Amino acid sequence: MLGKLTWGAIPFDQPIPLFAGGFVILVVLCVLAFITIKGWIPYLWREWVTSVDHKRIGVMYVTLAGVMLLRGFIDAGMMRSQQALAFQSQGYLPPEHYNQIFSAHGTIMIFFMAMPFMIGLMNFAVPLQLGVRDVAFPTLNSVSFWLTATGALLVNLSLVIGEFARTGWLPFPPLSELTYSPGVGVDYYLWAIQISGVGTLMTGVNFVTTILKIHAPGMTYMRMPIFTWTALATNLLIVAAFPVLTATLAMLTLDRYLGFHFFTNEGGGNMMMFMNLIWIWGHPEVYILVLPAFGIYSEVVSTFSRKPIFGYRSMVMATMAICILAFMVWLHHFFTMGAGPNVNAVFGIVSMIIAVPTGVKVFNWLFTMYGGRIVYATPMLWAIGFMVTFVIGGLTGVLLAVPPADFMLHNSVFLIAHFHNVIIGGVAFGAFAGYTFWFPKAFGFRLHEGWGKAAFWCWFFGFYLAFVPLYVTGLMGMTRRLQHYDVPEWHPWLLVAAFGAAVILAGILCQITQLVVSIRHREELRDLTGDPWMGRSLEWSTSSPPPAFNFAVLPQVEDRDDYWRRARLAERGAAPRAEPIYKPIEVPRNSPTGFICAFFATFGGFGMIWQIWWLVVVCLVGAFATFVVFAWRDRTEYEIPADEVARIDRANRRARGEALTTAEALS
Amino acid sequence: MILWGGIRKALRLAPLAAALLLSGCDWAVLDPKGPIGDANRQLLIDSVAIMLAIVVPTIIAILAAAWWYRSSNVKAQYLPDFEYSGRLELIVWAIPLLTIMLLGGVAWVGSHDLDPARPLASTKAPLNVQVVSLDWKWLFIYPDQHVASVNRLVVPAGVPIHFMLTSGSVMTAFFVPQLGSMIYTMNRMQTQLHLAADEPGNFRGLATQLSGDGFADMHFEVEAKTEPEFFDWLGQVRAQGEELTPERYIELSKQSVLPAPITFRAVSDGLFEKILDQTLPPGPGPIAETNPGALKRMGK
Repeated sequence: MLGKLTWGAIPFDQPIPLFAGGFVILVVLCVLAFITIKGWIPYLWREWVTSVDHKRIGVMYVTLAGVMLLRGFIDAGMMRSQQALAFQSQGYLPPEHYNQIFSAHGTIMIFFMAMPFMIGLMNFAVPLQLGVRDVAFPTLNSVSFWLTATGALLVNLSLVIGEFARTGWLPFPPLSELTYSPGVGVDYYLWAIQISGVGTLMTGVNFVTTILKIHAPGMTYMRMPIFTWTALATNLLIVAAFPVLTATLAMLTLDRYLGFHFFTNEGGGNMMMFMNLIWIWGHPEVYILVLPAFGIYSEVVSTFSRKPIFGYRSMVMATMAICILAFMVWLHHFFTMGAGPNVNAVFGIVSMIIAVPTGVKVFNWLFTMYGGRIVYATPMLWAIGFMVTFVIGGLTGVLLAVPPADFMLHNSVFLIAHFHNVIIGGVAFGAFAGYTFWFPKAFGFRLHEGWGKAAFWCWFFGFYLAFVPLYVTGLMGMTRRLQHYDVPEWHPWLLVAAFGAAVILAGILCQITQLVVSIRHREELRDLTGDPWMGRSLEWSTSSPPPAFNFAVLPQVEDRDDYWRRARLAERGAAPRAEPIYKPIEVPRNSPTGFICAFFATFGGFGMIWQIWWLVVVCLVGAFATFVVFAWRDRTEYEIPADEVARIDRANRRARGEALTTAEALS
Repeated sequence: MILWGGIRKALRLAPLAAALLLSGCDWAVLDPKGPIGDANRQLLIDSVAIMLAIVVPTIIAILAAAWWYRSSNVKAQYLPDFEYSGRLELIVWAIPLLTIMLLGGVAWVGSHDLDPARPLASTKAPLNVQVVSLDWKWLFIYPDQHVASVNRLVVPAGVPIHFMLTSGSVMTAFFVPQLGSMIYTMNRMQTQLHLAADEPGNFRGLATQLSGDGFADMHFEVEAKTEPEFFDWLGQVRAQGEELTPERYIELSKQSVLPAPITFRAVSDGLFEKILDQTLPPGPGPIAETNPGALKRMGK
């Protein structure tokens, strides 16, 4: 009846996961009870859960990413504290638990923190930057989000029911095969990633279509903001790379469930094939994460330097060059497999070549600041912190691309320090910059600057304190994923690293405080005009938060940084554009399709993990029925009347007019 | 101007920084005791020095530009339309390109000179060692001497060592930081590695690819002895202990962490080849015999 699931799956004998899981369940129940008592469920269902508005979906993605950041950080804190304590002792986490923690940390941070954060920001900003009303397939967008949430839920479920993978964030066979990992941990990994991977692939399709096919009039490719360009590159990478991940994990699933021999020791299986396939996805994945971050930095540096981005064409070329080169370097993840000097050297050199377009970007940001009037708002701090940190990460990355150097540093904590250097210093800083930058657009008020700056400094110094020691211990020959060790020279450095993690924790606490303080003081932080930063691209031309239809009339784009030019003209007293003739606007109707699909995917995935076959069949039928019902819908859109459009747009025009008058009166 | 001054400065400082780094003797990777490790380290330091010449001035330039062009600095010139300069674009693409061309050459030559499968130049005949990674220990077979050792690798200093490596279980990696290059071990496959120790000494060896619950204990001692001492050791090993038969190997291949290294006075002929062609099966993974209780919660 329940497959492999028995009471033995609940870790009654292990206090740490039991209490952690119990506490999380308690918090979730409290939140649910609070929402129910307050009577917010109908509102949440109507306005958020079933919403197909790209802005709302973007906000939900970022919220998911924020929650998963906390979970992933708790794992990180446990790893750092374990390694600080486990010198010539076992520490407090036994290996079977410790191995789950670093596997979960990597999986969650990459798939359920960094990816949703970036996809969320793209969801929110890209249609606005293009000057359009929605993405190409709004309901598909909602399905994508909810399938990602399903994956996150399954990973977290493994905390209390069964176990998570103990194989690292990429389940290398044969360790991940049934012989060596007989438990359900790897199955949790496989189904969580497969289900959320489908969601990610659909996001890729959706955004490639949107950026290539849906533009405001006059928004040619060479007028698109850099963030939109990087979003295009990222989504092209998703479309090309994620099917490889899905196929690779499907092969491992066949090995584990049906006795196939793709990657096993026996039966002619070959683990080297898995290494190649997973990194053919895995390396582009790095750029899937960091390219949108590069886009955010481009927007931020240009906005807060009060200048157009330097070398726009170079930036676009560099982005697309990275997009292509990303597929040609995967072998550098296993130079130590013994492929031979020619193969290693070629892949090493191509890996280095990626540093060229990346270096060009850094220099272009530098020349964007040159001759600027730099305003040190929080997003700009993240951007400068990024530039300094990222070039160091680039240095260690190119070093690891030199095969003989990699022979000494592969799988060491030096490598850990390198990729955290680029993932924290590149992706996370970019995500936080984007979050602070677009928050007023999403909610109509700015985030508190003081707490934001405090968070930045904690993260910045915390990062160096946590990871410079790992560079050092890596050079001392320390390898990754050690549950305990007995080398005295490593110990002091690992204590410093643990202290660094504590400083990062302070940064996260500042961010939480910032959010609470900003909500409480939202009236003082209110953005009335829709343009709190003197922005450049079209998202700043509409109100904050934008109406459901984004733009009352689609903007006519005549130039790059079109909005900036108009706004400066208006400041110099140019007459505002004449009021347009408002027309009714059709917007897509909300749909619970995504949520219901995810409901079936969650239980279906759970059924596959525990081999509860009837549940799998029921869920497949349910998901298909949901699809049929959605496909047979006869009304897809509803109309917002012209009066309503006029009322909303006039309010924004009036606010902007008043702001201009005030500014003139002051000057 | 700032850039070039910075580069000159960085080039002058690079050897100093390297010397500072090396003064700590516990930095295994930077304190090699063999020709391969030495060459790897040299390449590592050269690459870092080449890159520092670009990276340090870039960081300084970023901070300088960010500071000078702050909005409150009335002396800074505001150039709101400065968004393109052909000459600058050329420099912007040329600097990283030239750096990478230089480094690419270093990588190409280094990859060929330091290919793990390339025999070391030496007047002495190499010592053959067959390495088998097991859950969670290292088996070293000396095929020409017909002895074996677990978790303790004894080699003569000054003699090139030819390692032939495979795995009797999951994939992992063999690494002795102070001797140089690491390499994967994989079941049913054989990898090659050539290393040597310049002088007698004790080094740490370890597995560097996660191999399961006992991974943290999967390290071994490396003892480089003088040649006479090495032969003494061989004599001692041959005088005592068990023989490594296929049956004993199967026992050894079960999951366990050894409290202390062991040696075998003799090894059955062709044991390594039998592991390679799976006549001797790969390790059984977690089984009730070695993992009582642990399997319960995993739903098995």
